[in-house]
Amino acid sequence: MDYQAKAKQIRRSILEMIAHLGVGHVGGSLSIVDVLTILYYKHMNIDPSNPKMEGRDRLIISKGHSGPALYAVLADLGYFPIEWLLTLNQPKTLLPSHCDMNLTPGVDMTTGSLGQGFSASVGVAMASRLKNDNAYIYTIIGDGESQEGQIWEAAMFAGNQRLHHLIAFTDNNHAQIDGPTPDINPVYPLDKKWKSFGWNVIVVEEGNDVHSIDAAIIKAKKSRFKPSMIILNTIKGKGVSFIERMGYANHNFNLSKAQLAEAIKELE
Amino acid sequence: MYELMEMRVAFAKELDKIMQVDPRIVILDADLSKANGRAELHAKYPNRAFNVGVAEANMISIAAGMSTYGYIPFTSTFTPFSTRRVCDQIAISVAYAKQNVKIIGSDPGLTAEFNGGTHMSVEDIGVIRSIPDLVIFEPVDNTQLVKAIPQIIDYVGPVYIRMFRKVTPDIFKDDYKFSLFKADVLSLGNDVTLFSSGIMVAPSLQAKDMLAKEGISVEVINVHTIKPIDVETIVASAKKTNAVVTAENHNVIGGLFSAVSETLSKHYPVPMEAIGIQDRFGQVGKLNFLIPEYLMTTADIISRIRTVIARKR
Repeated sequence: MDYQAKAKQIRRSILEMIAHLGVGHVGGSLSIVDVLTILYYKHMNIDPSNPKMEGRDRLIISKGHSGPALYAVLADLGYFPIEWLLTLNQPKTLLPSHCDMNLTPGVDMTTGSLGQGFSASVGVAMASRLKNDNAYIYTIIGDGESQEGQIWEAAMFAGNQRLHHLIAFTDNNHAQIDGPTPDINPVYPLDKKWKSFGWNVIVVEEGNDVHSIDAAIIKAKKSRFKPSMIILNTIKGKGVSFIERMGYANHNFNLSKAQLAEAIKELE
Repeated sequence: MYELMEMRVAFAKELDKIMQVDPRIVILDADLSKANGRAELHAKYPNRAFNVGVAEANMISIAAGMSTYGYIPFTSTFTPFSTRRVCDQIAISVAYAKQNVKIIGSDPGLTAEFNGGTHMSVEDIGVIRSIPDLVIFEPVDNTQLVKAIPQIIDYVGPVYIRMFRKVTPDIFKDDYKFSLFKADVLSLGNDVTLFSSGIMVAPSLQAKDMLAKEGISVEVINVHTIKPIDVETIVASAKKTNAVVTAENHNVIGGLFSAVSETLSKHYPVPMEAIGIQDRFGQVGKLNFLIPEYLMTTADIISRIRTVIARKR
């Protein structure tokens, strides 16, 4: 499969659903498209016709506001009809801003209050180990989210528990709602922090390159004892120049039909 | 039956029995496994018992994650750290996400004694009660607690168990029929209803006996499950007695008085008086100092009953 082409298609889909409503979490959705693509189309043991399949690999997006990115992937894989995407955040939708396992087929944990999804993924990895089902548990956190104390509570415990089938990603896009992460409350150096918490750390400089991410996941799966943290150096709003140029201001903004058309041209 | 057995011991014994046959049960502690009587369970079930250390928020969200796999986690720490400290984790990871986590808080209200004001939860029921879809259960004695555990496990959904840790007088007999969502009428009466919970049940029964000598007939009802509250039993009793006193080891704001008031103001308003912590913080001391200090003695209950009966006329 041409994963790069698939990632472009997913980006178009995200922007279409957000532009249909007119507003949404654009930046942090676009920055994780590449990792979602390589996970869902290459690595994960899943069955879209059986979203609750026992022993499946799971993905928890702890930075739950990136729901639209996951919805674009799940719809494309056939978890639900593609038409649902245009219901994003409409009354009674099954696709809310933040991921909800009780509404959306294929969503493995309800997230949105930052830090909690990461602890939950540690719990899921502990449960998987107890069941001995050999599943991989993937989770994505944000660099801004890493300011939450709960992230480090969970990091310490997962490291001590040696949850080697837990593979986490930091969407290190250097931006949060109020400004660049380095200006607000810097979380760096992330690699040293995670290493000192007992994690197998892999830094991917090209965090929006599907092949670099793929290589990192292959490496992480070989970890024998430690959970893995793959730090993806990403660009918030990746894939569309005018959105990338907005910087942190692209977290959540009004996206017009004209802007959508401009973005689509770039993503064709 | 349980005379002189601590509640934490009774709980651990029952959980042990169930864990032997039910592999879904896992337990999580936050550095208070010994204080809460669970150290032996950790030794006996090392694969299903986890001590996350002093990290309560992490514990609650981990429990939610384990629940997504079909496990039934029982978390445990002191009451304030099981509720106000982890309010958001309970609200989102557990209740909003519809996860089947059973949350034990020990040492409710004044019973934290020498741990003092920092460890005294005057607000835990209020905090938890305003989160949708949570069941709140406060046992009175070991018999009730032990009969409740299987029903709490059978009930699919989050439950907050507000548990006294130490030795408590036996109220219920072996043949007691417990129903999680049904309040227990402990004595029938006509002049006033005394709704009581937790450690306040024993003095409530004493108050009832003392007033009986004066010809005042008190209906004592134990509201062990404060949410969802047993509307039917509460309203039926209020219709009979037309006067209500509540007795609780919690702030009178947000707890039993509030829950009964909300019920009766909608269905059948009657004069009401409240025994409980009168919107104050806790402080260090043994219960024999604290109970009179917070106006929660048997004599205080009797005094409130006289007041409410006077208001009836």
